[in-house]
Amino acid sequence: MDMTTTEDLRARSRRRKLIIQTLLLAVTVIAILGAVRSAQQNLAALGITSGFGFLDRATGWDYSFSLVERSIDDPYWRTLLVGFGNTLFVGFVSIFLSTILGLIIGTARDSAHPAINAAATVYVQIFRNIPLILQAVFLYSVLIHFPGPRQAVTIADAVFVSNRGLMMPGLNLSLGVALGLLLTLLALAVALILRKVPLLRGFGIWLATSVLLCAVTAVVLRPEGGTILSIPELKGLRFVGGITVPVELVAMITSITLYGSAYIAEVVRGGLNQVPRGLTEAGQALGLSPGAIWGRIKVPMALRSIVPPLGNQWIFIMKATTIGIAIGYSDLFYIVSNSITQSGQTLELIFLLMAAFLLVNFSIALFVNWLNARLQLKAH
Amino acid sequence: MRMSYADTTQRLGLWAASFRKRGFGTPLASVISILVYGGLAYCIWLAVDWAILSAVWSAKDVARCGDTSGACWSVIDARHRLILFGLYPYEEHWRSTLACVAIIATVILSCFPAAWSAWRLAVLWVVGFATYYLLMEGSLLGLRQVTTDGWGGLALTLFLFSAVVLLGMPMGLGLALMRRSEMPVVRLFAMVLIDFIRSLPLLTTLFTAAVVLPILLPSWLEGDKIWRVIVAFALFFACYQAEVFRGAFQAIPKGQFEAGKALGLGYWSIMFRLILPQVFRHALPSTINMVVVTFKETAIVIIIGFFDVLASAKAAFGTGEWSPHYLEVYIFVAAIYWVFIFSLGQYGEYLKGRMAIAER
Repeated sequence: MDMTTTEDLRARSRRRKLIIQTLLLAVTVIAILGAVRSAQQNLAALGITSGFGFLDRATGWDYSFSLVERSIDDPYWRTLLVGFGNTLFVGFVSIFLSTILGLIIGTARDSAHPAINAAATVYVQIFRNIPLILQAVFLYSVLIHFPGPRQAVTIADAVFVSNRGLMMPGLNLSLGVALGLLLTLLALAVALILRKVPLLRGFGIWLATSVLLCAVTAVVLRPEGGTILSIPELKGLRFVGGITVPVELVAMITSITLYGSAYIAEVVRGGLNQVPRGLTEAGQALGLSPGAIWGRIKVPMALRSIVPPLGNQWIFIMKATTIGIAIGYSDLFYIVSNSITQSGQTLELIFLLMAAFLLVNFSIALFVNWLNARLQLKAH
Repeated sequence: MRMSYADTTQRLGLWAASFRKRGFGTPLASVISILVYGGLAYCIWLAVDWAILSAVWSAKDVARCGDTSGACWSVIDARHRLILFGLYPYEEHWRSTLACVAIIATVILSCFPAAWSAWRLAVLWVVGFATYYLLMEGSLLGLRQVTTDGWGGLALTLFLFSAVVLLGMPMGLGLALMRRSEMPVVRLFAMVLIDFIRSLPLLTTLFTAAVVLPILLPSWLEGDKIWRVIVAFALFFACYQAEVFRGAFQAIPKGQFEAGKALGLGYWSIMFRLILPQVFRHALPSTINMVVVTFKETAIVIIIGFFDVLASAKAAFGTGEWSPHYLEVYIFVAAIYWVFIFSLGQYGEYLKGRMAIAER
């Protein structure tokens, strides 16, 4: 092959690549411009003014659940924020619970004891192989068919389950104090991680401090004349005192936790499985107890391969909260969907919904990357 | 590894000995064994008693449902057609039945190694899907026409599932190739699209397709809601599947591309004759996993207003006389999902193990 043809071929290939890329760019731009144009026409035909001005208008409709006071006079921005808070609340509670449960079940799946292993396998195979939304509506139906408060199913007369939800004892604290307590505990968790305390011991310290701190706050800062513990009591047709968790929230957290923990258990089992046999045997030879082998050898070694897929599961759980609308839990998707029906500001609302999920999932991914970097073995 | 009969019995004996040692080696282990097995046996007994021994089976015996402590399967006997086929015309149900059989047969046939080449799988799925569509729609076969609005129940779930996999697989391959491209604009386009879709909940993507797209598209491009949702779902599938393919691409040594180039083969020849057959092999276990997840996720379309198997289940106990038996209906539908997903999942696990041995 002489030089000119090679040069020719190179030039032709470069030209072709340039044309393909220009075409792709052009098609994308045309598609976006076309979408903007037809959006303008369609919105004009519907008589909708675009923009975020509607956020200040009062909504005029109520929804099922919020952590803070709500009213139908709330503006859209506040209602959307409440929905976002509900999503984060259910997401983080479910992530927390399913991680702990997944760690336990995954360890059981890795157990040499055949019976423990079998029980964990049954758990994983049941909850992983049925669609989450089916589990949620199933559980919700079961819960709303529970007897009313007067015939509520009870455990030790302190925890009650009725068709109104789950009533359980709580600390007698005002909302502000409870919020402050929560933030303190969160700060403590961050501080423990930053001080590079080993994860498991750190969690132990955190749990012990939390219990102690809650008890002390409850004794010192309880509202005037209140008892330390508030226990639900049947007064007439409803319960007074304690914490009431509405049916929708119980169904959401329980179903997401069961489903998520089955997946996390598989991640944990995979990680524990990858720890070389020789290391556990070395632990046995040193006379370590099974608990010490698990806590000091297996888990620290396994965490390195567990954390990346675990992060994916956390993001998955966050995304799974959108099933709330199927059982009437007012998460962000529910609120956005309702707002679209009521206000017609479809594009703005879907933009906010997407932005919120991108923000949360991106933050979780950042956190997991950071955790992962911290866990990797340092090069010597 | 081939085992003789003697080997098998010996292994069984070893397994039994190890089981005894692990399960009953210490007093504590024995206590745990007895408690767990006892608990499991008790649960199984309760389930068998409820679902089989004390159950009422026939729709004619529905009056007896009040007396028994067991399940009232009468509701399934009476309403199973609604659950399986939705509001499809009653006298045409043989068509839905055959159509569902076509899809299930397609899935089962794809599991045989004899079907594992890109062409055979493509032909199999196109034929299976076409059979389904022709039977359900009917007008091309000279049968009574039933449009997609009339489809429902398990038949609709299977339709969504097969359409999404069939459309999503080539899209996923395309995205994976784009993501590996030497051209920066093409690569960036694929990267942004894949990461964007993967960060959003599936429901958001489907909701956008169902509700938001009609605003963004000119009316001549709008199409049916069901097709918009299928295309969006396929895009979701493709973005995850592209990552599966990407992992498989990474398992192929770079030398193979270079060897292809040195032989004077063009890009498409290298891809289709050299690289992709190996990529498909590597990607198979994860692909099966993706297919299983997709089948599970189709359940979410009830939220954007499709009459899938979950919606028809709700309708099945929605009328007054059947409303006390919601539990039986949900368990029936859960069992359908479970059997599909469990068996496909186990098959994927088996395949993974087999390929791990082949790789050694």
